[in-house]
Amino acid sequence: MTTDIDTARAAALLDEAPLASRILSSTLFRFATAGSVDDGKSTLVGRLLHDSKAILADQLDAVARTSADRGFGGEGATGTRAIDLALLTDGLRAEREQGITIDVAYRYFATDRRSFILADCPGHVQYTKNTVTGASTADAVVVLIDARKGVLEQTRRHLSVLQLLRVAHVIVAVNKIDLVDFSEDVFRGIEADVQQVGRELGLGRDESNTDGVADLFVIPVSALDGDNVVDRSERTPWYEGPALLEVLETLPAADELESHLESFRFPVQLVVRPQGALAPDAVAGGLDPEAYRDYRAYAGQITEGSVKLGDQVSILTPGQAPRTTTVTGIDFAGRELTEAVAPQSVALRLADEFDVARGDTIAAAGTVREASADVYAALCWLSPKPLREGAKVLVKHGTRTVQALVRNVTGKLDLASFALEPTSTLELNDIGHAQLRLSAPLPLENYLHHRRTGAFLVIDPLDGNTLAAGLVKDHPGDHEDERYSI
Amino acid sequence: MSTQITNEDLELSVLENDVAETPVAAQRLSSLDTLESEAIHIIREVVAEFEKPALLFSGGKDSVVMLHLATKAFWPGKVPFPVLHVDTGHNFPEVIDFRDRTVERLGLKLVVGSVQEFIDSGELAERADGTRNPLQTVPLLDAIQRNKFDAVFGGGRRDEDKARAKERILSLRDEFGQWDPRNQRPELWNLYNGRHTVGQHVRAFPISNWTELDVWRYIERENIELPGLYYAHDREVFARDGMWRAVGEVSQPREHEEVLTKTVRYRTVGDMSCTGAVESAAATVRDVVIEVAASTITERGATRADDRISEAAMEDRKKDGYF
Repeated sequence: MTTDIDTARAAALLDEAPLASRILSSTLFRFATAGSVDDGKSTLVGRLLHDSKAILADQLDAVARTSADRGFGGEGATGTRAIDLALLTDGLRAEREQGITIDVAYRYFATDRRSFILADCPGHVQYTKNTVTGASTADAVVVLIDARKGVLEQTRRHLSVLQLLRVAHVIVAVNKIDLVDFSEDVFRGIEADVQQVGRELGLGRDESNTDGVADLFVIPVSALDGDNVVDRSERTPWYEGPALLEVLETLPAADELESHLESFRFPVQLVVRPQGALAPDAVAGGLDPEAYRDYRAYAGQITEGSVKLGDQVSILTPGQAPRTTTVTGIDFAGRELTEAVAPQSVALRLADEFDVARGDTIAAAGTVREASADVYAALCWLSPKPLREGAKVLVKHGTRTVQALVRNVTGKLDLASFALEPTSTLELNDIGHAQLRLSAPLPLENYLHHRRTGAFLVIDPLDGNTLAAGLVKDHPGDHEDERYSI
Repeated sequence: MSTQITNEDLELSVLENDVAETPVAAQRLSSLDTLESEAIHIIREVVAEFEKPALLFSGGKDSVVMLHLATKAFWPGKVPFPVLHVDTGHNFPEVIDFRDRTVERLGLKLVVGSVQEFIDSGELAERADGTRNPLQTVPLLDAIQRNKFDAVFGGGRRDEDKARAKERILSLRDEFGQWDPRNQRPELWNLYNGRHTVGQHVRAFPISNWTELDVWRYIERENIELPGLYYAHDREVFARDGMWRAVGEVSQPREHEEVLTKTVRYRTVGDMSCTGAVESAAATVRDVVIEVAASTITERGATRADDRISEAAMEDRKKDGYF
């Protein structure tokens, strides 16, 4: 009946201005977890939420009651040993009834430095679909390995998907380290195996491999007891690296890593033109309609890079040569900005009165190659309806949706061996290569360098369902770069 | 194109040099800025891709934040869709007043679906416990059908409940408004797929990724007006089901329930018959931000009788077409 308050925390918030301001200016970090239930993933997620104090008293009470009912932890268990932390991430009744996890669940917690969005991806059913979904927006992915089992085929598959999706940071948590008596030998063996897989895949960056797609961290943890999850453990004195949460708190987010690229990309969502002929009374209340008589701006979200007043930009419209103009205004709800960066949503005003519409892309001048109607792409097939050569589909890229023809399927990836097998069809959870012909040329870019403009959805024109996640491989004008031709 | 310089090699070398340890040039957006931009992007996508969207607006804090985001998304244009309120007939009068003032100020069209009308016509029956929250589904679907809304914005957040934690930002609903958790479209990158067939509609949740604390921090930062009952005030209350209930026309104390005057505030604002107040001295938005940051109990656990009925209460309501 009262909002129970952690008084120490409230006092800290009130009295320590620096702490309060840190909380108010924290940044956002998105990560996903991948691994099977048996690896202790739910327990790890529960531990992160519990130890970062994201679990509130009423939730913890409910979990403690259920744990006691089920006799969790055995006679005499105390503290978190007596609580089944996995229950904190217990899902829907529909799932409990069937004993499966249906879908990606999103969870939220915050530390003083960062707010986290965790995409908790079930591992055992449809792991490809779920991992692809969770990883598509993730700055980092935590892959779990059971210390007693080491690197399994499933680990290789998970890492393979993460490499393909170009996740910026991969963290391998070697869990249940308590069950191998905190053995350094066991950990070092697994660590070496992970590094080996990383090298095969092109994951992991170090002095000898600066081309690696992602950072690769390997951490020994016990989710059950909390070793190296939030705090460094005294029971692994041979491990000198950071705890899992420390890594998550300090890694740069993908937007930070990509903002150095001078490749501003801005798919136009809609034209803001309140005094247009179609909507004569459409100026917001409290504003002078006369002042906005000639207002015209292009609304969208910056998908990559940054833009400044005075920048030269190209407008990319399918079927037209790029038109170059100058940015004369960056508006955000009445504020005029001098600069904006990804992933800000803004409205741009341009010097020339070109005809610009939804689906067009505004890009830094001279940084985009010729649009193409032919695409060579990796497709992560997410639908129970298989792909056949010759299928007519829809492709959504940026803010434009066009018809497309699947000309041929050139191979299917064996995620365990990383080899491409010949096939002419793709089924649910397959990842394959295909060539598509689009009904209009789009400014597609190589996904390896452009995570947003290199991505597209494949949609079923009949029922509108999403069939596949598409990752543009090399530009059609390029030769195949073998390094990335997994 | 004369300015077409695309030097893949140059770009690659930039990438390689950077990965070692280049100090990041761009300033990082705060988490609130990131969430705000994400929400505005989603609102604009829905407006661009759907024929007739509407925003569910109750005067509750999440829907007020949604409307604020919509005004920012289309500035200097007007919010290009109507607002829809399902009135249970048991709403707090000050919230209805706030709703009407807000709609008036922004020059919006208000569509009201009335639970009372459905009860009067015999299409809905009053529940034994007097709670009208679960009765909102029928008038909601009726309003959606009659007005041919093909997308309805809601202020639902994934941190509220385990069913919401699994729902998509664009959630496809069938003719009966039902949510099928086992048949959801994967949602990838920032590419939202809103395609639907005749009879289907989409519920859009642009603030899915916000937490209760994010909402309050945003209300503070943007100086957003809320109904006064979100802040500490003196009110006649009585205890029921472990919550403080306001004394009002539709929530009268029973014989043994003692009426007291307490300093309370509401963490959620819904139907008077099932929404409880919490004792609180948080009289300003800053006080509330600190209270929420240090709270040890969830907002629904603290204030919603209907979510205490069973662990899967929200899941069941959603499958039947609820938000």
